[in-house]
Amino acid sequence: MSDKIAVTFTVNGRSRRVSAPPMKRLLDVLREECGLTGTKEGCGEGECGACSLLLDGKSVNSCLVPVAHAAGRRVTTVEGLARGAKLNALQAAFVDMGGAQCGICTPGMLVTASELLARAKGRVPSDAEVRDALAGNLCRCTGYQKIVDAVQAAARVGVQASRAKTGGAKATRGAKRKRAAKPPTAHAKKMAARATTKRRVTARRAKSKHSARRLKSR
Amino acid sequence: MRAALSTLEVVRPSGLDRALAALHDSLASERLTPLAGGTDLFVYLNAGTHSGTRFLDVSALRELRGIRVTKASVKIGGGVTFREIREHADLNKRLPSLVAAAAEVGAWQIQNRATLAGNVANASPAGDSLPVLLAHDAIVHARSVRGARGIPFAELYRGYRDLALEADELIVGLEIPWPAPRAFSFFRKVGTRRAQSISKVVLSGVLEQDTRGVVTHARLAWGSVAPVTLRSRTAEAALIGQKPSAAVTESARRALLDDIAPIDDIRSEREYRVAVAGNVLEQMLRAADARFAKD
Repeated sequence: MSDKIAVTFTVNGRSRRVSAPPMKRLLDVLREECGLTGTKEGCGEGECGACSLLLDGKSVNSCLVPVAHAAGRRVTTVEGLARGAKLNALQAAFVDMGGAQCGICTPGMLVTASELLARAKGRVPSDAEVRDALAGNLCRCTGYQKIVDAVQAAARVGVQASRAKTGGAKATRGAKRKRAAKPPTAHAKKMAARATTKRRVTARRAKSKHSARRLKSR
Repeated sequence: MRAALSTLEVVRPSGLDRALAALHDSLASERLTPLAGGTDLFVYLNAGTHSGTRFLDVSALRELRGIRVTKASVKIGGGVTFREIREHADLNKRLPSLVAAAAEVGAWQIQNRATLAGNVANASPAGDSLPVLLAHDAIVHARSVRGARGIPFAELYRGYRDLALEADELIVGLEIPWPAPRAFSFFRKVGTRRAQSISKVVLSGVLEQDTRGVVTHARLAWGSVAPVTLRSRTAEAALIGQKPSAAVTESARRALLDDIAPIDDIRSEREYRVAVAGNVLEQMLRAADARFAKD
């Protein structure tokens, strides 16, 4: 019998410490030790993507990941997408557009699509990009088109939100020129100031997280 | 039946030298199986088809990381993932076949974890990146406690999943010479579906022509058409010294039949594979003609 090892990692923003055999699948650790059953097991061989989660922001099949490989890393499961009871834009789009049918593939679809949206950085990914990103998530209800539509709709919401936040920094050239002609309103100034503060705080947090990780890995 | 994962032992060395020593020492009892991305190994473990109980986790070894570009070649660390290959600017520009193969290995979830050396070591005749490495005359860099050596990729597979590596040698990287600036390179994988499939036929090819349009260099490397990844040397010979024409294409197609030995299996049939291999070769030669015509 192999000895258990202590593994500390961050799950959906919370630090967790589990004691488990090193080759135990991350999927099983999350479901059995952490009580996070949103991540599903489908094929158990890396084909279906039902067990997808994000490891340091990258989608992986958790049925193929030993828990030892999660040490010191950030794990995001489907439970980590919503803010409390409020679904995020991607989840809401899946609901609104019929992207979720029987539901078994949905958690995996959502987390992999989250990686795509993070990579797209406020751009709406093309149909081909969404299909490339989700190629490893099989939907046996075969509702792919609605899923693709939902991901793009969520990206559009993200684009609009970032435009609102930055006071139109990502707007089209024409729109930019128009705005430039007018002095910014008090509201726009307030929003821009808020966005700057938020960016600074996020950068500071990211920096401190990064150095914490570096310390841990030593 | 799934292997009892709780009974498996993992050695997690802090550096390459320690890893090599552990691998060497393990030969006295049960050999440690190297574990990197785990995307093949865990499939076997989940299916209960891997009998080993001891693993050498090389995933954290810094010595296996990184893509180093030199004037003559690119050195890709054994632990580099297909995602990293897909995103590398120089590889996109100068080795598009490798990038194309990387983009067809499983899907994002696999590409984010699976490593190039893992694909090579797993030695599946259907491995997507292997024909590219063979077509581009890659060198496999292996290390053991005795030192380092380079093995031409063409000499790596002695038979079905039989690697020309000592039991205590670890693949630390792959070196690929940059193709000539005017070389044409090609990659095509034919599977059951466009994504997330294991190939029925894979072709990676490299062609060079002189100023008169005569083929001076030809590499045709195939996956899933024999027990090992192989070059179709008779078909290559049918192209060398020739100017492209319908007759040359036909003779290369015929010659190909002497080189490949596909089988009927769960994914496809011999007859289908033979026909598709010929078609894919023809597609490559047409694409090459079109490209060279533009130069």
